[in-house]
Amino acid sequence: MRNWFNRKNIVSLLAIVLLYAVVQGLIVFDIMPAFYKLTLILICIYIILSTSLNLINGVTGQFSIGHAGFMAVGAYVSAMVTVLMHGPLLLGLLAGAAVAGLAGLLVGLPTLRLNGDYLAIATLGFGEIVRIIFLNMDIVGGAAGFTLPSKITWTWAFILMVVSVVLIKNFVSSTHGRACISIRENEIAAESMGINTTKYKVMAFTIGAAFAGLAGGIYANYMYIIQPGTFSFLKSFDILVMVVLGGLGSISGGIVGAIVYTLISALLAGIPAWRLVITAVFLVVMMIFRPTGIMGTKEFSLGFLRKKGEKNAASKN
Amino acid sequence: MPLLKIEKLSKSFGGLKAVSNLDIEITQGELIGLIGPNGAGKTTVFNILTGVYEKTEGTMTFMDKDVSGLKPYQVTQRGMARTFQNIRLFNDMSVIDNVKVAYHQKTSYSAFSAFFRLPSYFLGEDEMQQKAMELLKIFKLDSKAQETAKNLPYGEQRRLEIARAMATDPKLLLLDEPAAGMNPQETQDLMKLIRWIREEFKLTILLIEHDMALVMGVCERIYVLDYGTIIAQGAPDEIKRNPKVIEAYLGEEVV
Repeated sequence: MRNWFNRKNIVSLLAIVLLYAVVQGLIVFDIMPAFYKLTLILICIYIILSTSLNLINGVTGQFSIGHAGFMAVGAYVSAMVTVLMHGPLLLGLLAGAAVAGLAGLLVGLPTLRLNGDYLAIATLGFGEIVRIIFLNMDIVGGAAGFTLPSKITWTWAFILMVVSVVLIKNFVSSTHGRACISIRENEIAAESMGINTTKYKVMAFTIGAAFAGLAGGIYANYMYIIQPGTFSFLKSFDILVMVVLGGLGSISGGIVGAIVYTLISALLAGIPAWRLVITAVFLVVMMIFRPTGIMGTKEFSLGFLRKKGEKNAASKN
Repeated sequence: MPLLKIEKLSKSFGGLKAVSNLDIEITQGELIGLIGPNGAGKTTVFNILTGVYEKTEGTMTFMDKDVSGLKPYQVTQRGMARTFQNIRLFNDMSVIDNVKVAYHQKTSYSAFSAFFRLPSYFLGEDEMQQKAMELLKIFKLDSKAQETAKNLPYGEQRRLEIARAMATDPKLLLLDEPAAGMNPQETQDLMKLIRWIREEFKLTILLIEHDMALVMGVCERIYVLDYGTIIAQGAPDEIKRNPKVIEAYLGEEVV
């Protein structure tokens, strides 16, 4: 019987632990400059955001560009729980994710009847509505922003990122994930194969929104301050760019996209005037020479690690 | 007792009556053909039956239950599966995943178990894998299980579409021009396959077809549709000689 403990998972786990330990060591012994640490934590946050948006846009094929809105919901809700209600950090993060997921459900139910451009515009509108609501809420500081202590460490950010990616990947490679992919591939055929397409679109949207909320919570509890302006549609576009850059529909692609895009932004931080120009040129070149994104729809594979017998069985299956 | 009973079914698109006053009755185990010239409304009938279009008037009873107004996925869950005139596979998915999607409605594990890979996930996936492989073997597609669906040759894509429809475990199978674009040899094989799955799965089949050799070869009873109304019905031999049918296909005789 198959279970969690196969060679592939154990090797992946070892690699993840090793990566964590190296960075943690560099931080503990004070070798890593603060800017690098910031970049690494931002990468973790953006990986969660791009992977969750990928579930909606890439896997299920519903074009949403309101992800920063869900991120904002998660950020503000978690900030309210940890600061105003003095709740523990984990509770704050989970509350942020839950409320963002609920927002996703409420927004998804009416808007997912739309498709293509119409859905994109509706989700864009939602993102702006959220921003304006927080802008006018005095309890969270309005435009001046909401200050809170920075409690997120590399350990928190890294573990939550790994857990998010594993959960989303598990979902995508299950029968429920296949139902979502079938909607992207051919909605009419999916429906006639007994798939309740509305249910799965809303489900993917809700899950994606919840993880965006989690990322928002991590962001808020790391950055000392959150302002509504941070969560404008430009942020949604950033996340969308990461997904498209990495490869729509590929979980590893979302991760690669988030890393590459965050690193480019960090590298160009010294020349802010040229940052957007260089990023834009990079994207244009990328879309001309590799429109499917860095990974296309492919995934990283550890297939070579399987034993010979397993490999044969897999190819027979 | 009929398996499917369609009474006085009509569908209009604005002022155009695509289907009017249609009566069809299918008994368990029959293999029925629905033929007619281009634009006669055959595919529209399929689309109304499977919930893609909503009927304007009439009743549709399937296994003693009213099926009008249901969503396509609900119709499938009631036991009516279909294939499409222009093949609609999940192109970028593997052959076996195409079939697994069709098994989804009978999935035994929840999204929660999927997230956390609980034991029920592994049990459910293994069972699905096994069932899908058995089905692919029947349709001689097992050697291509990992192939991407869009890379299959045309004839095999047709077969996969039928296999996928069979995975939903239907009582009634609706085939929309299964032989379209096939060469005579492939059509012959398809006829054998249709007869065989009908015996094997105790299936009732309604098929739309242009290829007369196939229709006359496999169907026991034929309905002829022209301008949205049934102009004739009966055994293949009667249909061949029916003057109304000849007129619809070849035009009126000029004296």
